[in-house]
Amino acid sequence: MSERPNGHGPRVAVIDHGAGNLVSIRQGLAAVGAHPVLARRPADLLGAAAVVLPGVGAAGPAMARLRRRDLLAPLVDWLAADRPFLGICLGLQLLVDGSDEDGSAGLGVLPGRAVLLRGAPRLPHIGWNEVRLRRPHPAFARLPSPVHQYFVHSYAVEPAPGSEQLVLAETRHGRPFASAVARGRLLGVQFHPERSARDGLALLAGFVGMAATRSEDAPAATAPRPGVSARC
Amino acid sequence: MLTRRVIPCLDVADGRVVKGTRFVDLRDEGDPAELAERYAAQGADELVFLDIAAAPADRGPLLDAIRRTAGRAFVPLTVGGGVRRVADMRRVLRAGADKVSLNTAAVEDPALVTRCARVFGRQAVVVAIDARRPVAVDADAGDGDGPTWEVVVRGGRQPTGLDALAWAERAVDLGAGELLVTSMDRDGTGLGFDVELLAAIGSRVGVPVIASGGAAGPADFVRAVREGGADAVLAASIFHRNRHTIGEVKAAMAAAGIAVRLGEAVAA
Repeated sequence: MSERPNGHGPRVAVIDHGAGNLVSIRQGLAAVGAHPVLARRPADLLGAAAVVLPGVGAAGPAMARLRRRDLLAPLVDWLAADRPFLGICLGLQLLVDGSDEDGSAGLGVLPGRAVLLRGAPRLPHIGWNEVRLRRPHPAFARLPSPVHQYFVHSYAVEPAPGSEQLVLAETRHGRPFASAVARGRLLGVQFHPERSARDGLALLAGFVGMAATRSEDAPAATAPRPGVSARC
Repeated sequence: MLTRRVIPCLDVADGRVVKGTRFVDLRDEGDPAELAERYAAQGADELVFLDIAAAPADRGPLLDAIRRTAGRAFVPLTVGGGVRRVADMRRVLRAGADKVSLNTAAVEDPALVTRCARVFGRQAVVVAIDARRPVAVDADAGDGDGPTWEVVVRGGRQPTGLDALAWAERAVDLGAGELLVTSMDRDGTGLGFDVELLAAIGSRVGVPVIASGGAAGPADFVRAVREGGADAVLAASIFHRNRHTIGEVKAAMAAAGIAVRLGEAVAA
């Protein structure tokens, strides 16, 4: 699968850690002008301006596949260097210390756990729900708050006590949970921007824009960002 | 809050969208990717492709339609029909589908639901249940031992003797992340959804329930949610040829106080 969708913008490595739909995220990135490439081994990250870690399903098998493909260490290095990174759904849940779903360990890049959405009226949480920003973020620059995005999951990331500032956006399903987290140029979203129509593509475009910004020009994690309309 | 979904269903045969009285007098309604794109632009929350030919030997046109749709309509896509093995599901997901819907195959091989959920996660596995009220054999029917709704398979042609409510619970236990519940009494009739069936299943399971079968107009969608408790509502023919747009349906739901996703923040 060396197919190269169109898009001449920043090269974005999409990590392939096994089963599932990788078409949508590649098509979505291509639609906003990026140049997505599938990454199955460490060498595939060379020359990438950004990394996207997608995925649905359980954490344990995904971690096992990343390990088998020698992608764990390069990913941790990438994140330690604060290079542009987008984790989607399971790709966000893999960043924390571990998952209650199967007890597996995560990358441990963010302090916290993936926990079941207790008290939810129905699980899995499937459909379009409101994402409400706690603070501005360049990837959300073209979007209002709240904005509807598509979710399909039963677990969500819960930052460790004292790390609540990681939470970029919240969504309510029974109770509020972290629907986006951000630290530096790491962005993790529990929803699927690649399946959230134009408002999702706008987020992908915002992320690709971040990736196109050279790191020395990138805003610090706490710097104010212009251009965000916050309705909340 | 989580909005209720409106889902157009595209019946696909040999790579084309068709519509007729189910399975007969099929009329060509167009290219699935084109219709999918149009519905997504109208505000469809998800799309369902139902391969009514369901010929496992010839899935080329459908896979191609899934691929083309994934690049044009950036909303979730569920594909049903002809998935009988984990390998079938993998092929459909790799083409760009997000979920598969298992119907006859799940009844005939319940362990398939579990195998698919284990590999791809339960959120990717929809179990479709076609149910109908058994024909009354005597005046006592209804308070006897038989089920209120019976599961039928093979497009409604074959009764199974299974109680639809019990099968719904079992399907969730097996690994279904969502149930697509079609009333075969109402399907194609325009008499509205069987809200009693929806409510009965919804009260027994914790996963989302998609209502299907019987929609004639926007008021039916409102009733499916209000009286049936449906989390999502699916319809096919009323959206074809723009008899009703998705926008009209959602406006009626919003007017009835139902949370729906209206429009998008970012312009086309």
